[in-house]
Amino acid sequence: MNPVLADLGSHVEAALPDHVTGTEQALGELVVHVRASSLLRVLTFLRDDSQCLFKCLVDLCGVDYPERPQRFEVVYNLLSLDHNLRIRVKATTDEATPVPSAVSVFSAAGWWEREAWDLYGIFFSDHPDLRRILTDYGFEGHPLRKDFPMTGYVEVRYDDSEKRVVYEPVKLVQEFRRFDFESPWEAMTPELPGDEKATRDAFPDRPVGSA
Amino acid sequence: MTDVELKSFAMNFGPQHPAAHGVLRLVLEMDGEVVERADPHIGLLHRGTEKLIEYKTYLQAVPYFDRLDYVAPMSQEHAFALAVEKLLGIQAPPRAQYIRVLFAEISRVLNHLLNVTTMALDVGALTPFLWGFEEREEMMEFYERVSGARLHAAYFRPGGVTSDMPAGLAEDIHAYCDRVSKVIDDLDNLLTDNRIFKQRTVDIGIVTGEQACDWGFSGPMIRGSGYAWDLRKAQPYDAYADMDFDIPVGRHGDCYDRYLVRVEEMRQSVRIMRQAIEKMPSGPVKVDDRKIAPPPRAQMKRSMEALIHHFKLYTEGYHVPAGETYTAVEAPKGEFGVFLVSDGSNKPYRCKIRAPGFAFLQALDFMSKGHMLADVVSIIGSMDIVFGEVDR
Repeated sequence: MNPVLADLGSHVEAALPDHVTGTEQALGELVVHVRASSLLRVLTFLRDDSQCLFKCLVDLCGVDYPERPQRFEVVYNLLSLDHNLRIRVKATTDEATPVPSAVSVFSAAGWWEREAWDLYGIFFSDHPDLRRILTDYGFEGHPLRKDFPMTGYVEVRYDDSEKRVVYEPVKLVQEFRRFDFESPWEAMTPELPGDEKATRDAFPDRPVGSA
Repeated sequence: MTDVELKSFAMNFGPQHPAAHGVLRLVLEMDGEVVERADPHIGLLHRGTEKLIEYKTYLQAVPYFDRLDYVAPMSQEHAFALAVEKLLGIQAPPRAQYIRVLFAEISRVLNHLLNVTTMALDVGALTPFLWGFEEREEMMEFYERVSGARLHAAYFRPGGVTSDMPAGLAEDIHAYCDRVSKVIDDLDNLLTDNRIFKQRTVDIGIVTGEQACDWGFSGPMIRGSGYAWDLRKAQPYDAYADMDFDIPVGRHGDCYDRYLVRVEEMRQSVRIMRQAIEKMPSGPVKVDDRKIAPPPRAQMKRSMEALIHHFKLYTEGYHVPAGETYTAVEAPKGEFGVFLVSDGSNKPYRCKIRAPGFAFLQALDFMSKGHMLADVVSIIGSMDIVFGEVDR
């Protein structure tokens, strides 16, 4: 536990009790969990408060956890040049719920949000220019979602007869091989069949205390 | 006087343009010669690195980092190696840390030589480019001698470096430091006071310190705007805490200051390279943990255990405890960060790559507004854009 970060975490929690749902510290990094609706409030506070001054939005990205009801995590990595500190702000959302865009707080958020929209389909409300950024013109789907196959759906080639680039469904000579390295031995409990006999009472009907 | 209706004019710049530094497609809205709006279209080199890494083991992910910023490959590996080491809770041995610092600085000189000279080429000076690339070739030979590859080194790995430096390399690099200093001085003489170069770069693309923060700038781009911010000093990693070097800072935030910062950084890098060689301790170059670093060849010939470890490491790889970290290094272009999420398996759950060039290019619109078309070229040159890392 870094005491400086611990102080900072409690300071943020105390200042924004209705907006911050919790803080945690792991591997010497401070994470602040916030409600998606309060993102702008929290980011503005972190930028302007004299104890924070996180004026630099270093990175913004999505993470996909398909098994959760709120499947996406939106992660903001902030840097304070004045205090030489980093902080991570996290909010959760699903495919349908928009997250408020941070462009009004940090200009740098514009492209990172476009990227999160492109790769994950996280929708940012009030974004001035929410277009795809990294994928091809006319691309369909959100490729970094866990349910999007690594090999994708379409491939391109130049067609000599049509004199243009054509899109075709992916044809694989061999399926992508994903090896399962989970060892069956490691999954086994230390107890072997029959072990329970060693501790089980051999005569359950016997009255307690009688030899 | 008759009324003339002026219409803004949209112009495509790239993706095949030598001054676009790769595959940048720039849609410019022009009012005559003056840029009204610049809309960079990126992603033409998108290879899905982040998706691919999710399907590879931690060790197999390393070479993808060489292919991001292919001008200074080892700096990217450095960030990934440090991130994985943080999750694993290990630290590279001292000798490995010094080797990493040495090669990270060689990478910095490699990068700045390319950037400074191609920027000069963009504004009309051919000679520096020819001189600079000769030196780059020499330094890539050091890459080759240490890792076997000129570009795709895969040399910095979680837990240390692949192998120790071959005999004689340290002496050769030390001798080379003098030669490259001379070349840097020559470049400096040729460009810094050159009238044409100054006409094309001074007061072009000015970024204030405030703007630099707001747009997430880092590296020479933020130092050119007056912030003495360098992760090697502010949040030192590996052996940087033991190195003595200065941070050059610009005052005006224009293209010329960013150029000056880079030239001075090369001198400082050479200084660090000398120190790293002189102070380099002896000892192992990777952690002594067979669950993470492979056993030595000789041991594999005799020990069954070593053979099993080797087999397991290169098929299954190591499992990294669940957790997440954002780890950044001062790459030559700026802050290169890796946001790594592990779920406890042998593959990263999520590996977000924070490329400095992405943030710079996003600011091109405001930096080039009101400038002439030819100035856009200077601005792109001074941003140090490499599409391998912007598009990932």
